Amino acid sequence: MSVILECNALSKRFGSTLALDNFSLRLERGKIVGLLGPNGSGKTTLIKIINGLLVPNAGGITIAGMAPGVETKRIVSYLPEKTYLPDWMKVSDTIRFFKDFYEDFDEKRAYDMLHRLNLDPSKRLKSLSKGTKEKVQLILVMSRRADLYCLDEPIGGVDPAARDYILNTIITNYDENATIIISTHLIADIENILDEAVFIKAGRLVLHAPVDEIREKEGKSIDTLFREVFRC
Amino acid sequence: MQWELNTEKPVYLQLVEQIQAKIIAGVYKPGDKLPSVRDLAAQAMVNPNTMQRAMTELERDGLVHTNRTAGRFITSDEELIRQLKEKYITEIVRDFLDKMKQLGLGRDDIISYLNKLTENSN
Repeated sequence: MSVILECNALSKRFGSTLALDNFSLRLERGKIVGLLGPNGSGKTTLIKIINGLLVPNAGGITIAGMAPGVETKRIVSYLPEKTYLPDWMKVSDTIRFFKDFYEDFDEKRAYDMLHRLNLDPSKRLKSLSKGTKEKVQLILVMSRRADLYCLDEPIGGVDPAARDYILNTIITNYDENATIIISTHLIADIENILDEAVFIKAGRLVLHAPVDEIREKEGKSIDTLFREVFRC
Repeated sequence: MQWELNTEKPVYLQLVEQIQAKIIAGVYKPGDKLPSVRDLAAQAMVNPNTMQRAMTELERDGLVHTNRTAGRFITSDEELIRQLKEKYITEIVRDFLDKMKQLGLGRDDIISYLNKLTENSN
């Protein structure tokens, strides 16, 4: 199996806080991976490092063998926790924007998904609800044919029906060579679609294992195990 | 027929059991073509790799077979399905009997309960 992401003893410090502490992780292609940890555990910091938005203080990271940079941005599709698309854009503008930016963007796929959600491409983002905007952003990100998808809290702000739609979008759109990292603390909602779970606590890797192996060994759900590991 | 997954057991095992149940109940008939792994995964809201693993298990037991070009099919071996049904039902009844035994019920008690309840449901 070929490796898509390799983190080697990563550390990232913000002032006196260690956001990542000697963090090592190796992910293979073709997996859906849950990056699971409470608030402030380092999930977003890791994802930002993968996307070259933050630089680690120590340690190394490679994506498909390359250090984060222009070449990796070509193959990494990133859904940040906050939307960065300007409000004045129409949905169709955002599609053109992505098409301009990314070679691997599949316009047809994006329009198909918009259509299935009954979303009018001529609407301006300003006129959409928060949840709908999140859906548009996810559609854009999932319409790329990337090697690594980093979804930072993709289901946080949407209702349960939309959540199902989003998970469905993730299941039906990824291909066997791509890996998807989903960061969240809403574990019960996503655990059935995961291959592997990564637990992160105070910047440290606590656990990295296949989800079915965890259930077989522990006899409990990932959600239950999470509550035990992270009991306050 | 809905997919009902709990979270304690490995998902692939639950998928195997539920597809078996669908074969026994005749939702999937002998020789039926199955939807693609991806479509089944989307239906059940599970990871496609997990659904693939369930299919591999079912193939190993001969309940499902792959035709390289045409897709994946339920076995046409009705004897195999009959055996599966018998095994499946025996397991459920055995579970039930164990529970009744734990509650201290004998054979006659169980039969009288069964008679009473099936009368009501008719």
